Amino acid sequence: MEASRSDEPVLEVRGLVKHFPLTKGIVFKRQVGAVRAVDGIDFKLYKGETLGIVGESGCGKSTTGRLLMRLDDPTEGQIFFHGEDIAKLSGKAFKAVRRNIQIVLQDPYSSLNPRMTVGDIVGEPFQIHKEVAPKGSRLKQVQELLEVVGLNPEHINRYPHQFSGGQRQRIGIARGLALRPEIIVCDEPVSALDVSVQAQVINLFEKLQNEFGLAYIFIAHDLSVVRHISDRVSVMYLGKIVETGDEAQIYERPSHPYTQALLSAVPVPDPTLRGHRDQIMLQGDVPSPANPPSGCRFRTRCWKVQDICAVEEPELIVRKGLDHPSACHFAEIRSVIDTQVAT
Amino acid sequence: MSQDTINTTADNRPHDGDPNAPVLEVENLHVEFRTRDGVAKAVTGVTFDLLPGETLAILGESGSGKSVTAQAIMGILDTPPGFVTQGSVRFRGVDIQALPEKERRRYRGEKIAMIFQDALSSLNPVYSVGYQIGEMFRVHRGASRADAKTKAIELMDRVHIPAARQRVNDYPHQFSGGMRQRIMIAIALSLDPDIIIADEPTTALDVTVQAQVMQLLADLQAESKMGLILITHDLGVVADVADKISVMYAGRLIEQARSLDLYSNPAHPYTERLLAAIPRVDMKGQELYTIKGIPPNLTDIPAGCAFHPRCPYAQSICSEKTPPLEVVPGDRRSACHFWKEVLDGSLQIR
Ligand SMILES: Nc1ncnc2c1ncn2[C@@H]1O[C@H](COP(=O)(O)OP(=O)(O)OP(=O)(O)O)[C@@H](O)[C@H]1O
Ligand SMILES: Nc1ncnc2c1ncn2[C@@H]1O[C@H](COP(=O)(O)OP(=O)(O)OP(=O)(O)O)[C@@H](O)[C@H]1O
Ligand code: SF4
Ligand SMILES: [Mg+2]
Ligand SMILES: [Mg+2]
Repeated sequence: MEASRSDEPVLEVRGLVKHFPLTKGIVFKRQVGAVRAVDGIDFKLYKGETLGIVGESGCGKSTTGRLLMRLDDPTEGQIFFHGEDIAKLSGKAFKAVRRNIQIVLQDPYSSLNPRMTVGDIVGEPFQIHKEVAPKGSRLKQVQELLEVVGLNPEHINRYPHQFSGGQRQRIGIARGLALRPEIIVCDEPVSALDVSVQAQVINLFEKLQNEFGLAYIFIAHDLSVVRHISDRVSVMYLGKIVETGDEAQIYERPSHPYTQALLSAVPVPDPTLRGHRDQIMLQGDVPSPANPPSGCRFRTRCWKVQDICAVEEPELIVRKGLDHPSACHFAEIRSVIDTQVAT
Repeated sequence: MSQDTINTTADNRPHDGDPNAPVLEVENLHVEFRTRDGVAKAVTGVTFDLLPGETLAILGESGSGKSVTAQAIMGILDTPPGFVTQGSVRFRGVDIQALPEKERRRYRGEKIAMIFQDALSSLNPVYSVGYQIGEMFRVHRGASRADAKTKAIELMDRVHIPAARQRVNDYPHQFSGGMRQRIMIAIALSLDPDIIIADEPTTALDVTVQAQVMQLLADLQAESKMGLILITHDLGVVADVADKISVMYAGRLIEQARSLDLYSNPAHPYTERLLAAIPRVDMKGQELYTIKGIPPNLTDIPAGCAFHPRCPYAQSICSEKTPPLEVVPGDRRSACHFWKEVLDGSLQIR
C-alpha cells in the first residue's frame, strides 16, 4: 500500500520533549528528577498514510500520542499542523486543529461512558464542534457513522455493555470519525481484541483510510499488526526514535541493533521455521526513563557496544551504506526475518 | 467441590514403571458455572493426555475455557459457582479428584505446578520474593528458614535472576515484569514438579522479554523432562514451542494435532480461519481474512456445532447435530462434520 504522498506533511513534530517531574516531600515538594518519557523526537505524517510507532512498554508511545492530542503540554518542541505551529494558534484556528486530530484508544471496555447510549457517545463531539453538524442533521449523521463502521444504525439507543469488544472498538472509531478529521491517533486500538475480531477492525481501519484519505499514527507493541497496516514505521526506545523508515526498510533491512532484536523476538505462526530463525536474545531489562544511560540509551543491552557508545549519543541520521535514518554508531543492515510472499 | 457432582472413574491403578506412559490424562472433563444469568458450560467433554517432557498447547480465544480447564486440573476451581460435573484427571494413573483433599493438596505444587499470567497479583506484595520461593520448602518439605533461603537463592539463579544473593530479600514491586514472571517460574519449579501448567505466562510481557521467558521454560524442560501445558491465544508462541496442540472453541476441543500438521493443514474450519486472520511479521500487508460474528455466549451455546453461525462452510446438518471429536488419519482429531473436505480443500465458501 504505497501512500500517494503530497509534499507538505499534514503533521510535523520537531524536537518534541515531555518530562514528568519526580518530586519528593509532601508539604514542601521539591523536584528530584524527571521521567524523560519523550526526549526529543521528530517525524512527519503525510496525507493518507499510516505511521506506525513501535517499542517496548514505557518507551513513550502513548505520551507521544497524548502530546499530539494536546492532552498534555510538551516540555519542549513544536507540533505543526499543515505547517502552522499549533502552540501559536488560538480561538477558531486552534479549535479547527483539535477537530482534525482525533484519537482511538486501546480499551474498548473502559474508554466508553457506560451511562451514555451509543448515539450519545458517537454524537458527543458535535456538542463541542457544532459547526460540523447542524442540530437537525445530527441523528442522521450518527446513523451514517454507525453504518460506516459496520454497526447496525438501529442500535443507536443501546448502551456499551450490550456490545462485544470488537463492536465497542467500532463505536470508538465511529466517534473518532465524527468530526471528519484528517488524522487519527490510534493507541493500541486492537490490542485488547481477540484475533478473529482484531482482523475485522484492522480491515475497517484500512477501508476508512482508502475512503476518506485519513492519516493514522498507529501506536502498538505488536510488530506484526504494525507491519500489516503501516506505510512507515518509527521504532522508539526510552523516549527516542532509534530508527525510522518505510515498511520494507524497517522489516526487511533493519539497521539498528534494537530494531533487529525486537523483530527477531516476534514469534512467527509457522512451526517449520522453528530453530531456523535468526533470534537475537537481549540481556537485562529496559533501564528507567528517569535515569537513562549516557550516550546511546540502548548500550546497556546492546551486543555491539563499544566505548564510544557510552560517551557520544548517536544521532538519528542516514548513515553510510543505509537508505534510512538509524541512531547507532555501528548501524548495519541485518535481515532477521525472511519475508514470505503471501499466497 | 462437593462429592456428588463428581462422577469419578473406578479405574485408579497407578501405571508405575513405564517411563513413556502419559503423566497426565484428562478424560471427558465437564465444568459449569451456575450463576444468576444461567448455567455457563465453560468446559464440555475435554479429553487429552500429556507425555513426559512433552509440550501441549491449549489454544483458544478469550472465554473458550482454557483457564477453567487448568483450574479444574489443579483443583483450584472457584466453587461455587464452578463445578466439575463429569470426567477424570489422572496423574500417572491416579485419579486425583477421587483423592481426599489433603492428598490432593500434595499433588498440587509437588507434582503439578502452575504459572499464572499476572505475576504481580499472584505474588504477595508484603513478603520478600525469597520468602515466597522458600515457602514451598518450608510447607512441603519442613525445611528450616535458613535452608529455605539457600534453596530460594539457588532457584533464583536457575531462572537467571542476576545477583540472586543480594536480591533475595527484595519485594515483588522491586522487580520488572519479566523478572516477576521468572520468580513465579522459580516458585513453580521449587519442588521439581512433573508437570507445569503455564496460563498465558508471557501475555503481559514485551516480545524481547517474552522470548527470554519462553527460552527459559524450554531450557528447564530439557533439563528435567517436565511436561508443559501452555495455555495461550498466541499462535506465534505456540508455533515456536508446542509438540502438539488442542484448540478450544466454546468450551469444547475442536481440533487436536501435532503442531506441524495443524499449521500446514488444519482439519477444522475455525483453526483454518484463525490462521488466515492473523497478520504475520514476515508478510507484507494484504487484506486479512476475518471470521464474521463474535464468539458465543456460554450460557446459550448454539445448537449443533457451536461454530456454525460463523463458519463459512456450514450446511444444514451443522446446526442440527453436534460433531464429535473424530479421529482423523495422522494421529489427529477434528470436531467438524466435514473434516475430510476441510483437509483436502474441496469445500466452497458459502
Ligand atoms: N503522568 C505521568 N507522570 C509520570 N510519569 C509518567 C506519566 N505518564 C507516563 N509516565 C511515564 O513515562 C514513560 C512513558 O510512558 P508511556 O505511557 O508513554 O509508555 P508507552 O510506550 O505507551 O508504554 P505501553 O506500551 O506500556 O503503553 C513511562 O516510564 C511512564 O511511567
Ligand atoms: N468464577 C467464575 N464465575 C463465573 N463464570 C466464570 C468464572 N470463571 C470463568 N467463568 C466463565 O467460564 C468461561 C471460560 O473462562 P476461561 O477463563 O476458562 O476462559 P479463557 O479461555 O481462559 O479466556 P481468556 O483467554 O480470556 O483467559 C467464561 O465464559 C467465563 O466467563
Ligand atoms: S550505538 Fe552502540 S550501544 Fe547503541 S545501539 Fe549502536 S552499537 Fe549499540
Ligand atoms: Mg501506551
Ligand atoms: Mg484465561
